[in-house]
Amino acid sequence: MPKRFDYSQGLPNPIILREEILKKYPPKLAKKRAKAIVINDPDVEQEIMANVRTAPGIITQRGCTYAGCKGVVLGPTRDIINLVHGPIGCSFYAWLTRRNQTRPAEGEDNFMTYAFSTDMQDENIVFGGEAKLKEAVREAYEIFKPKAIGIFSTCPVGLIGDDVHSVARDMKAELGINIFGFSCEGYRGVSQSAGHHIANNGVFKNVVGLNDRPREGKFQVNLLGEYNIGGDAFEIERLFEEAGITLISTFSGNSTIKSMEYAHTADLNMVMCHRSINYIAEMMEEKYGIPWIKVSFVGAESTCKSLRKIADFFGDTELKAKVEEIIVREMAKVSAIKDEIKPRVEGKVAMMFVGGSRAHHYQDLFSELGIHVVSAGYEFAHRDDYEGRKVIPNIKIDADTRNIEELTVTKDEEHFRDDLVTKKAELVKLGYEFKNYDGMMPDMKKNSLVIDDVNHWETEKLIEFYKPDIFCAGIKEKYVVQKLGVPLKQLHSYDYGGPYTCFDGAVNFYLEMERMLATNIWKLIDAPWKNESELVGSLAIEQY
Amino acid sequence: MLLRHTTNEVRERNALTVNPAKTCQPVGAMYCALGVHGCLPHSHGSQGCCSYHRSALTKHYKEPVMAATSSFTEGSSVFGGQANLLQAVETIFSVYDPEIIAVHSTCLSETIGDDLGQILAKARDEGKVPFGKHVLAASTPSYVGSHVTGYANMLESFVKYFAEKTNEKIRQVNLLSGWVEPSDMRELKRIMKMMKVRSVLLPDTSDVLDTPMTGKFEMYPKGGTTIAEIVSMGDSMETLGLGEWATQKAAIALDNQCKVPFDIIDIPVGLRATDRFIQALAKAGRVSVPESITEERGRLLDMITDMHQYVYGKRVAVYGDPDNIIPLIEFLVDIDMKPVYVVSGTPGKRFEKRMEEILKDRVPEAKYKNGPQADMFLMHQWIKKEPVDLIIGNTYGKYIARDENIPFVRMGFPILDRVGHSYFTTLGYVGGLRILEKILSVLMDKQDAIAPEEKFELTM
Repeated sequence: MPKRFDYSQGLPNPIILREEILKKYPPKLAKKRAKAIVINDPDVEQEIMANVRTAPGIITQRGCTYAGCKGVVLGPTRDIINLVHGPIGCSFYAWLTRRNQTRPAEGEDNFMTYAFSTDMQDENIVFGGEAKLKEAVREAYEIFKPKAIGIFSTCPVGLIGDDVHSVARDMKAELGINIFGFSCEGYRGVSQSAGHHIANNGVFKNVVGLNDRPREGKFQVNLLGEYNIGGDAFEIERLFEEAGITLISTFSGNSTIKSMEYAHTADLNMVMCHRSINYIAEMMEEKYGIPWIKVSFVGAESTCKSLRKIADFFGDTELKAKVEEIIVREMAKVSAIKDEIKPRVEGKVAMMFVGGSRAHHYQDLFSELGIHVVSAGYEFAHRDDYEGRKVIPNIKIDADTRNIEELTVTKDEEHFRDDLVTKKAELVKLGYEFKNYDGMMPDMKKNSLVIDDVNHWETEKLIEFYKPDIFCAGIKEKYVVQKLGVPLKQLHSYDYGGPYTCFDGAVNFYLEMERMLATNIWKLIDAPWKNESELVGSLAIEQY
Repeated sequence: MLLRHTTNEVRERNALTVNPAKTCQPVGAMYCALGVHGCLPHSHGSQGCCSYHRSALTKHYKEPVMAATSSFTEGSSVFGGQANLLQAVETIFSVYDPEIIAVHSTCLSETIGDDLGQILAKARDEGKVPFGKHVLAASTPSYVGSHVTGYANMLESFVKYFAEKTNEKIRQVNLLSGWVEPSDMRELKRIMKMMKVRSVLLPDTSDVLDTPMTGKFEMYPKGGTTIAEIVSMGDSMETLGLGEWATQKAAIALDNQCKVPFDIIDIPVGLRATDRFIQALAKAGRVSVPESITEERGRLLDMITDMHQYVYGKRVAVYGDPDNIIPLIEFLVDIDMKPVYVVSGTPGKRFEKRMEEILKDRVPEAKYKNGPQADMFLMHQWIKKEPVDLIIGNTYGKYIARDENIPFVRMGFPILDRVGHSYFTTLGYVGGLRILEKILSVLMDKQDAIAPEEKFELTM
């Protein structure tokens, strides 16, 4: 087995690896994949191919549009009945499988522990499923008395011509509660990403702005693209509360539809997962004048940076002082633990292929521990998540993207916040950055290998080449990678651990890295007799 | 409360399923195909189907689950999935090099009317299937039946594609397995070895979904029924199908195609289903039952009689797949428990009949239902009305168990939160011991937890 590279002198140029990967593919596929595998050079503007179809037959990490819409964006909202119109599987697989924690008050609605489906049968496919859908909505209303029902289309729905939007309108009129549909059939896009966009549109159109709740705090913010996996949002909520920042609504971890209805009363939108939620941030700015900033609470340093950025936005002396007080106190705790753990994990090698922002965010935690990230990529991101938002005007709109509705948003004269527009302009003059995300690639080292939509074959080759100490991906990759003797940390479900956001979350992650990287168990894979010569002893029992 | 909206008022539902006791066909087809050596399952539909099914199986087994997808987009949904499948076949053989690709359809490809047979014929004509390699297909529309139906359809496709009748009968028995765990398949093989019956087990997920940690990843692990073995099934003396939902179709196909007579019996769960299995095996293999099997049976009977007082009269709620829960319910009745509530999302008229036979005299108060709307929500409502002492089913039951403070034994698919099912069988007499041990443990744990201090028992 060849020895591992010396990563302390910079990363090796992976050009041979890239060639070896591509060699295996049929010519057309090789040409396509070549554009999605980029040897990074942060000093040069490089283009990566992203958000394009996965070649049929490839063992991909990606899921479908429905998963992005129902599973990711609407799934974590507790006071809505998410009714899946389709055969049973789609509802079954999105039933409690994403670890979105939620904390309903006593007596408050929480439907997240339930799976609702029209369980379409063949006669519904042949004769249409609208009547059954209507009846299911009625039954759901009568039994559960929800305040809102969302209807999610699965693959066959669009094909047989069921109109979920007209059913939603009819039932809304009949039952008098908010009911809306999503055309999020699995095939709509090239990945979950299309579903995020569809969900953003639906929530913006049907929920945001329904309730002009009076102000409750001095600093009102929304947190967008934080889904409270393993309690991540709870950590952020706690910090905000201490700092005196009023969190109006989160899209959508630990959230309610009710809170989204008055999301337009916020002064600032903070975008965590740029990929899944930037649409709604953009639309809220156009309609209400609420500016948005990119934040990250993954990593202690990022948390400090994000907190300061919020404080700077409001420019309030008291808030700034409070934020600094929290940072000093928390960083003292974090540093003490980091200093203890870092020597045990420093210099280790990691790679991560996951999601649409996590593969970037988690690099901060690794760098805090001195772990090298040699290769990374997203599962369903777009070019702007790699190269930064500056490339958006240059992204070619292909047929798959054109399928997804682009809402025409106009200014809401009554609610538009001219004060925020003025504030934004003033801050921009001082160099404050709004609506910007620089993407993953500028933050990665020279010669790191950036791969979009990594697949099984590439995963095996990557491990062979880099011999990483830890690999981050999802459940489908977990045991493949571990069979190769490399521990895998799931960054979708956190292996049922977490939270990993903010200061306590960073500490959790450091401890988890210590557990995974400092264990001896991987060295015990080979049996002690593996290299002993074979004996045929005279005590062997003959009939066996 | 985790399920805070569930009340004891049962309202008749005709359209809404809540907390299903089933999932859809393709995952069954995928699981079945993994039990054939060198086979890569392929999902002809949107990426999400493949992703969800792989995730569910991976979480249940904590093992690699490899499968490919046709990655449908809007275009393929409008113009048909032929181009996608042709490209997939080419890509799979060049990149992943399996012996067999086992394609299953999805609700999407079924709805648009893709003809898998025709597309695969075209793939062969165009030379996309290398010499000596195989591509076969099963139609598994998600809007018909359940995951068990998908398993049955893929099993049928395997025997139809491979089984061949020559002029030479082979003195072996075909064993078509219902949806059971790798540990159970290992147990079936052990029993057949003890019985000295030569046999072919199809599918066989042992050594596929319970592989050792070696530092190497084998895309096609050493387990799985081999092509040669499936081919030889056409010359076997007899077929035993374990579980009519999962195996009857394949058994009939084998009979039609190769004139191998068949017998459909229950999966050997518990005492009497195992008795019938052993007798059927003895008859099919023309062997007598060895003493060692009788001794295993005796050990199970011994534990039942030793511990009878703890299970007697206890009310049980059970949900799961017909093939698995029918013999389980029979076992519970045999040990004098009362399975009062039974639901299965899997449709099929025979379910009601079997339940009636088993429960009519011994547990006349029992409620049972299968098909759409026979879901865990209904079962929970029944429990709210009149509680039970024990719940048996897949992981989703933990929400009810916690809300209602009811002991809970995990059996079925999926089990997402405990280990053991891959390694410790629940089939045969040995498996009966395991089921009984699990039931006793949770019942006794509760007794230990709630007994007043003066009534706390050392010996039980």
